[in-house]
This record gives sequence, C-alpha cells and structure tokens, in this order.
Amino acid sequence: MSTTVAEAPTPAPPPARRSARDSSASWRLSDRLGLAFAWFLGLGFLVVTAGIVLYMMVQGLRYITPELMFTSPAAGFSESETGGFLDPLLGTVIVAAMALGIAFPVGLGVAVWLSEYARPTWLARVAESTVEMLAGSPSIVFALFGVLLFEQGGMGFLSRTNDGVVLGRSFFAASAMLSLIALPLIVANVREGLQAIPGHVREASYAVGKTKIATTRRVLLPAARPSVVTGAMLGLGRIIGDTAIIVLLLGATLRFAPAGDIPLIGALKGTGSTLTTFVYANAPTGEANQPTKAFAAGFVLLTMVLVLNFAVDVAVRRGRKWK
Amino acid sequence: MNPEGLRPDRRAELLLGALVCGVLLFVLALVVFVFREAWPSFAHNGLGWFGSGGNPDQQIEKIFTSGNLLQDPVYDFHAWPIIWGTFLITVVAVILSFVASLFVSVFVVEFAPEWIRRLLEPVIRLLASVPSVIFGLLGVLILVPFIGNHVITDGNRESVAYVVSLSGYSLLAGVLILTLMIAPLMVAVFVDGLRSVPRGWLEGSLGLGINRWRTFWKIGVRTARPALVAGTVLATARAIGEVVMLAMVTGGVAFAPNPADGLLFFVEPTRPLAATILQTAEELTSPPMRQTIFAMAAILLFSAMMLSIAGWAVKQPMKRYGVRS
Repeated sequence: MSTTVAEAPTPAPPPARRSARDSSASWRLSDRLGLAFAWFLGLGFLVVTAGIVLYMMVQGLRYITPELMFTSPAAGFSESETGGFLDPLLGTVIVAAMALGIAFPVGLGVAVWLSEYARPTWLARVAESTVEMLAGSPSIVFALFGVLLFEQGGMGFLSRTNDGVVLGRSFFAASAMLSLIALPLIVANVREGLQAIPGHVREASYAVGKTKIATTRRVLLPAARPSVVTGAMLGLGRIIGDTAIIVLLLGATLRFAPAGDIPLIGALKGTGSTLTTFVYANAPTGEANQPTKAFAAGFVLLTMVLVLNFAVDVAVRRGRKWK
Repeated sequence: MNPEGLRPDRRAELLLGALVCGVLLFVLALVVFVFREAWPSFAHNGLGWFGSGGNPDQQIEKIFTSGNLLQDPVYDFHAWPIIWGTFLITVVAVILSFVASLFVSVFVVEFAPEWIRRLLEPVIRLLASVPSVIFGLLGVLILVPFIGNHVITDGNRESVAYVVSLSGYSLLAGVLILTLMIAPLMVAVFVDGLRSVPRGWLEGSLGLGINRWRTFWKIGVRTARPALVAGTVLATARAIGEVVMLAMVTGGVAFAPNPADGLLFFVEPTRPLAATILQTAEELTSPPMRQTIFAMAAILLFSAMMLSIAGWAVKQPMKRYGVRS
C-alpha cells in the first residue's frame, strides 16, 4: 500500500495552506483519491447549481414578457389564448403574506417561551420534540388534515359554502396549513439567535429593574434580529415553494374564484392558484402543458427565491458575534 | 421587586405557555384525526394493506367508484408497489446523497481554498431553497427525455413491453433529482457539525505526523457523528415527504420496479406514496377513497415520527464523545 510516488502529478489542485507537510504529494494513493473526489464533488455542486440557475434564467428571459405578468390566465387552445399568470403571481403574494402572518407571531412566541421560560421542563421537552417532528412531517399530510379541518361545518365562514356543504378550499385554509411548514424554521432560528446571547446581557437588564418579558422585548429580540429575519425569510421561502398544500387546499383554479360579494374577504374565501401550481399545471405532465409559460412562471418564482436568499445572506452577515 | 412589577411578567409567561399548548394540541389533533380517518382502510385490509396483490391503480378506481354510486364501499387495497417505490427512491437517494454530502462538507470545512468556500456556502443554501416544482420542471424537460432517448434502448423496451412501457419517466430520474434536492440539507447540517470539532483534537493527530486527509476523516468525521445522524434524518424526512417533483418525473403508475430485471429496473416507472396522494387528491369526495388516501398519509406521518425517534435514539450513545447533536 505504500505507493508514495513523489514525482507523480498531483491528482488534485493543492490545498489552501501549502507547506512540505501539507502537500498531498506524499500521501497514500487512497487518501489522494479521496481528496480528488472531494474536489470533484465540491466543484460539481457549483457547476450543477450554476447550470440549473442559469438554464432557468435563460429560458425564463426568453419566454417572459410583461403582458404575461399582467394578464390573467384564461382557458384556451393555443398559447396566445391562455393569457398570463397575473392571478397566480398575486396568489403567491397573498398566500405568503397570510401564512407568514400566522407563522411569524406564533413561531416567535414559541421560540421565546422555549428559550426564556421553558417551565415546566417536561412541557418544554414535549414542545421541542413536537416542533422537530413538524419539521420532518410531509407537507401533504398537513394538506390532508387541512381538508379535514376546513370541511367541518363550523369552518364554513372561511370558504365557499353550497347548501350547507362546506368546500373547505380557500386562501384562508391554504395559508393556515402553509404556516405549519414555516413554523419549525422560524422557531429553530429565533431560538438559536436567543440562545447565542450570553447570560450577562440578560443580567444587566434585570439589574436595572426590567422584567423578563421587557428584557426579551427590548433587549434580546432586537439583539437577535438577524436570526429572526433569517427564520422569517427561510420560512417564506418554504411557503412560496410549496405545491402540495396549494393543490389540495387552494383548489388550484387558474383565476381567482371569489366566494361571496364582499370584495376582499370574498376573494380570500374563494379559490385561486400560485406560481408553483401554475408551473405544475403547465409542465408537460400537467393539465395545461405549455412549457414556455411554465418556464416564465418558474423564472419569476426562482427570482423571488433568489431575492429571499440574498436577504438571508445580508441578515446573516449583519449578525453580531457575541464574545 | 414589588409584586406589581412581577405581574405583567407572569402574565406574559402564561400567555406564551398557552400559545405553546395551543400549538401542541393542534399537532395532537392533526395526528389523531389523520389516523382516525385512516382507520377503516387499515381495518378492512389488515396487514394485507402493506402486501402485494393486484394493481393498486385499478383498486383505487374500484374504491373510488364504489363510493360514488352509493354501493357498499369497497376497501380492497394492497399498496405494496407504492410502498416499494417509496422505499427504493428514498433509500437510494439518501445513500447517494449521504456519500456526496460527506465529501462535500469535508471539502468545504477543511480542504477548500477560501474563495471556493465563500462561493460554495451560499450556493448550497440556494440549492436548498429552490422550489421542488422547478426541479420537477427541469427533470421533465431535460432528464426524462435524456433517459428516454439515450439510456433506454429499443431492445430494453421490447424486453419488458408486456409488463410496463419505458418512457424515461423512471425511478432513476426521481432518485437523481431527489439526491440533488436533499444533499444541500445534509451538507448544511454536516458542515455545522464538522466545524465544531475542537481544533486541538485535530492538531493532536496532525502532530503525530498523520496527514490532513486521514486526520480529518478519522477524527473530525468520527467526532461529528451526531451531526451526521441529524442531517441524514432531516434529509430522509424530506425525501419521504417529497411530493411534486416525484409526481412529475417518476411516471405516475403504481408499478413495483422489479430487481429481477437487472439494471433495467432503475429505468422502470413507479410512484411513491406522497405522489399517489397528490394524484388522487381529486377523489377525496368518495368516502372509501378518502379513507384510503388518509391511510397513505397516516403511513407517511408514522414514518416521519419513527424517523424522528430513531434519529434521537441513535444519537444518544454517540453524544458522550460527539461534539453536539
């Protein structure tokens, strides 16, 4: 096994720190192969991701037109008849705002309780593992539970009702269930941020007579803001990327189909679609099958995700390092 | 401290505690109701639910129509091909992704030059947040035609023509894209774990004259085992629950890829549990079908819970020497 061939060409580019001892030229062949494999996979990752993003960008820019973004979808036989994706775009925005509106306060509350109070201990442990389980549960299960929940007679005020039969599909229903997939991310990030704050910061605040909740609100949460923002943005990314819940709970109708006459509430009680379901329906496997429109909508979706990701990067960079 | 000063604090604690209890009750209700709704399907089929027998797609159709015509509900359902498809896709993708992620995270933490590391970390985060429909779209438009035109030969098609038609929508397409989707999740957790290996432990080994690769592999990776388990559990959960991408690229027929076909079985179509739920979601109106769909959801939920528990149990003995969970 001692194949220490000094003059053989290095299989991989040299590692960062170069010195006689660090150079991989004197390593065993198996180690050098391992290192080469690590380089290969690392660079492969970069290439594949760049490939995916660039391909989507190129295809998206080829097919996207302003009209596409500002006209509603329509039923039709040719690409020129079927309109654009204004409704799905607005749908994504509405769903994202509503779901985050539910998930953010709840997640913040749970994280603060877990990090600052957590009494009794058994309840904290149960809550912790429940949140962990939520993070691992498939979103389609949430969607099915949503169907069950919002079809109950008592939930009729949140969706369309026909002769006492509750449809159970509406923006309210979809947002409520989407908030569940964002919740674990928000809880985990906020909690991590709060726990990274050293104890002496809390003690300083108590020493000037602040209560625990005032300390949390005025000192800890502002200090943990980068983590809070990161959690919210990651949650938002999951929400706008989800398809299963939208298909089951938003009805995935092309246009907004409001229920009732009240302008805003009616629309929210009605069904609609989002960019994800629009892409799903327009992929070759979907019902509409118009790949050019799928690419255009996918491009918009990916741009949103890229922006969110950039926001996370900025938030992380602003993050304060505690000593 | 005066009692007046304490009161709002106590109130806040109770309020937050109530919120947490509310969330817990909601999750409990979710679990209970999903299993209760699923019960009739399991009760009628017994363990046969998990067994093989007949074509699940035909069974689904029978169950669906029986509910709509107000006949006696039919529950006969044998989900083996669907479960086998789920199992195959998940296990193969997780294994591939584990190997790749381990090498990539070792590379990122220890061996990559500074500029590559700076590039790679945001790229991994980005890949983790690309919505699954986009992966599905790319799969359908690029990978599936590629497999259909270049990997599968006409001879292959004829050899299994009497069982299933090969079109490129396949297990292989699903596995490859799924690997790419779950690898960033694993890498993120692995990197965190590898970073927190105490520097002194590695330097001790380096000081003994062991090279950097071997040191990192034997000391770093071994110390970070709890993180490896945590990342794998997270990624497996995501793989089991992946819906849309798999519904798009795996072919949409409840067929059990047959290992007896040799390597060809990788290009046979299948359809995992979550994708089956999505594709039959319009049939929720028929009561027996609804219970069958909930039974599939219950299996998914149960696997997610078991996975969570298994991950926790595996980590326990490792914690003594490991760095962090």
